[in-house]
Amino acid sequence: MKIIVCMKQVPDTAEVRLDPKTNTLIREGVPSIINHDDKSGLEAALRLREQHGGTVTVVCMGPAQADVAIREALAMGADDAYLLSAREFGGSDTYATATIIATALKKIGFDLVITGRQAIDGDTAQVGPQIAEQLGIPQVSYAEELRLDGNSLIVKRQFEDQAHILKVKMPCLITALTELNEARYMSVAGIEEAYDKEIKIWGFDDLKDDLNPDWIGLKGSPTNVFKSFGKQPKAASCVMEGLSAEEAVSEIMKKLIERHII
Amino acid sequence: MDFTLDKRHLLQQQLYRSFAENEIKPLAKEMDEAEAYDMELLKKLQRYGFFGIPYSREYGGGGSDTLGYTLCMEEVSKIDASTGITISVHTSLCCSCINQFGTSEQKERFLRPLIDGSKIGCYGLTEPGAGSDVQGAQTVAVKDGDNYAITGSKIFTTNSGFADICVVFALTDRSVPAAKGLTAFIVDLKEMPGITVSDNIQRMGLRAASNCIVSYDNVRVPADRVLGSVGGGFKIAMKALDCGRIGIAAQAVGIAQGALDEAIKYAKERKQFGRPITAFQNSQFRIAEMQTKIDAARLMTWRAAVAEDNGEAFGPLAAKAKLFASDVANEVTRFAVQLMGGYGYCREYPVERAMRDAKITEIYEGTSEVMKMVIAGSMKLK
Amino acid sequence: MCKDIYVIVEQRNGVVQKVSYELIGEAGKLAADSGEEVVAVLMGYNIAGRAETLCQYGASRVLVIDHPVLEQYTTEPYVKAVEYVIRNYEPNIVLFGASSIGRDMAPRVAGRIHTGLTADCTRLDISVEKYQDYLRATTTFTEDVIAKLDTEDRSLKMTRPAFGGNIMATIVCRDYRPQMATVRPGVMEMPEKDTARKGEIIMVDAGLTMDDRNVEILEVVPNDKKEVDITDAKILVSGGRGVGGPEGYEPLKELAKELGGEVSSSRIGVDSGWIDKSRQVGQTGKTVRPNLYLACGISGAIQHLAGMESSEYIIAINKDATCPMMKLADLGIVGDLHVIVPKLAEAIRAYRAEQKVS
Repeated sequence: MKIIVCMKQVPDTAEVRLDPKTNTLIREGVPSIINHDDKSGLEAALRLREQHGGTVTVVCMGPAQADVAIREALAMGADDAYLLSAREFGGSDTYATATIIATALKKIGFDLVITGRQAIDGDTAQVGPQIAEQLGIPQVSYAEELRLDGNSLIVKRQFEDQAHILKVKMPCLITALTELNEARYMSVAGIEEAYDKEIKIWGFDDLKDDLNPDWIGLKGSPTNVFKSFGKQPKAASCVMEGLSAEEAVSEIMKKLIERHII
Repeated sequence: MDFTLDKRHLLQQQLYRSFAENEIKPLAKEMDEAEAYDMELLKKLQRYGFFGIPYSREYGGGGSDTLGYTLCMEEVSKIDASTGITISVHTSLCCSCINQFGTSEQKERFLRPLIDGSKIGCYGLTEPGAGSDVQGAQTVAVKDGDNYAITGSKIFTTNSGFADICVVFALTDRSVPAAKGLTAFIVDLKEMPGITVSDNIQRMGLRAASNCIVSYDNVRVPADRVLGSVGGGFKIAMKALDCGRIGIAAQAVGIAQGALDEAIKYAKERKQFGRPITAFQNSQFRIAEMQTKIDAARLMTWRAAVAEDNGEAFGPLAAKAKLFASDVANEVTRFAVQLMGGYGYCREYPVERAMRDAKITEIYEGTSEVMKMVIAGSMKLK
Repeated sequence: MCKDIYVIVEQRNGVVQKVSYELIGEAGKLAADSGEEVVAVLMGYNIAGRAETLCQYGASRVLVIDHPVLEQYTTEPYVKAVEYVIRNYEPNIVLFGASSIGRDMAPRVAGRIHTGLTADCTRLDISVEKYQDYLRATTTFTEDVIAKLDTEDRSLKMTRPAFGGNIMATIVCRDYRPQMATVRPGVMEMPEKDTARKGEIIMVDAGLTMDDRNVEILEVVPNDKKEVDITDAKILVSGGRGVGGPEGYEPLKELAKELGGEVSSSRIGVDSGWIDKSRQVGQTGKTVRPNLYLACGISGAIQHLAGMESSEYIIAINKDATCPMMKLADLGIVGDLHVIVPKLAEAIRAYRAEQKVS
């Protein structure tokens, strides 16, 4: 079984801030990590390989610095890895990103594709389904359990109020939730092995036979960022003293309603 | 001269750091109070390769080097110095002896399971009457046909409560000085009749680590368990301690950095006289001093580690690193407790544990006084 | 010419989800700015009876696609149905709820149609004037930047949080149609229901067959209540020393139930055996960042604050006006939690009853 795990390197979002003057992201000093859902997807792939054999290939689109995240994936046990990196790919929205990744996936070949449900920086949850669409294969998103059954997968698919146990034939694409499993650490020997391996770097030229240049990158993206800005600065805390219980309740209710909590 | 860690080492550091934060931290206080190491945690450490870091992948090790091993020692000791010593005694005392002096057969049989994470090792040199001065050693190994019979008692044997394999030193010839009569043996702690391991010795610090008295009563050890040459034990013991001291220096750096980080985190939030404690220049200057000393200790430790990796003479470098780093660890942890005031003294916070743990780094694997002897000895002063 | 604002209605077991009404309400406001109409797309099996209510909430037309393959949600038949609607009716805008169904279906539709999609929006604008007012009120943009915007721009400006909510981004889709967005449930205002309002109901045959389903549903399992993980909770009602004892957590539980949240605790409650350790927030407990953290009788020791300071909104109820929790809280109420908490639960119950939609 040939499993491909799509993975994104993301900034540890809790620390990201916007420069109030330039309205651009301050990424300095913010550590980069493997996106959590993707890491669970990788773990699921490694477990399937351990139980049923096969290979696990990591595919990551991003700048050259994504090397670190890919080495980590290899050190966790992935067999090989591709980095899709080119100036032409820059500024891609989810549609364009999915177009590039799907093109690479077709070229690599697969039985099963696993992606994370969503990346913690963009939070769109769109790239996985859009890859599946471009590959013309079924998708099951929000997977919280996963096992192999012959040439199909049995997946527990989470909804807000219930879950479905679905059976889906391979080839297919699964988007993984962090709840799917607890991802392993790298191992010491794994780190050394990871650096003995070669990461295949594919640029535009490697995919151009199957890639329409008008459908990728900033220009080929259907959506564009119009404006970005920081969250409203946190108002100074408001401490209210001497209220009656009724007044206190009504103050709290006001805030709960204002903030759509109820 | 390059003082930056390369990518492999940085990735290792990331592993050690995240493992320590996520797996060790939640247990550290509990293990200290229980005075027992968590066996599930031990298994996890084994699974991820923490017990074979600098050894060859051919034998199931991590394939890294001494520098990588010091990174591990620092990161785990930041959170829990007991984990540090558990890894250190196994790695740089027990395994290093077998790795350097074992036959290929011994390596296959004993080193492989030790470094691939299936067995734990320990090291038995110190005796109730013989610490830094090996001359007082009483444990003897008497040749009896193809076997040796070991009788005696070893104290402060770290890991002995759960270890599988011990490199133990015994006198095979009492007619000559210990330096010539000492022989190293590889024994199975759990399987050989005549071995008794005491309860954990009650100590001031490193309380989660296992540290017991191991008694040998006419323990029959086959001759193929002799490590190195008969009578060559002293050299083996001293070489292992040279390696061990780099690990202890790194452990001391970790204890210091962990305590300082913790105290700074607290002091930034804690207000006195209307300002955070870190806003006072006195605090700032003291913190600056402490961090400077830690950085210096770290550089000395890395220097010794790189020397070992490059095959240079590293004994005196290791001794200097340990002498300095252990002193820094004690100074910094005392300061960390002081900076946190009453809370620093409370067991709820980890700095008092760090302060208790720091003390031993000036004592074991050669006291600070012995370090000075080693350093002075290398300076040809006489 | 692409025209009108379409809302993809979400129903589960025949029950139209609240987010769909919210979207119809929001679509109505947008339609007023653009001179378009609101069209609801209702998909399911034996579902046509729900169409009228959608009109009462403001849809001018309802397209109903009724087919047995749509009885339970699976991706492909629903995608195919929406694709049919888009290709045959050419909407200008299509809105989905940003639920686990909407976020599964919408990207696949956008991929098939080849258009843009913006995820998890919290604000939508067509009118540039309204968008400018929004920027003035909530951002640090200077007036000349805001004034420079082209007021003739009729594209949909879709605003959403990113980077864990640290950043807001407004996205546009200028060259492709329809413009598509998923919208976060609970953000848009619920419209008024007007039973006198009528609309056109159109049955649509999207050419679906049972074979469109490419996954097999083996089992439908109701949400099995797992062991509580307070780190997952969007709302936490947390008790400290001030609750006074194990029975003190009961009103907190009641309030948490009303809010759809969980109960958590500071260290004292756990150490005193009042509540389970799994619910402890703080340095030695769990780190949480819920949308609402309601701290009841928690003074806020540093190690507790470290575990919850990233909460999106913090309300503190405490007798001590000067305690650290009051300083951290967005709203601090100085008072007796034993009185306020039950009254608050009551007030929420009353509010919900009022808001209840049939």
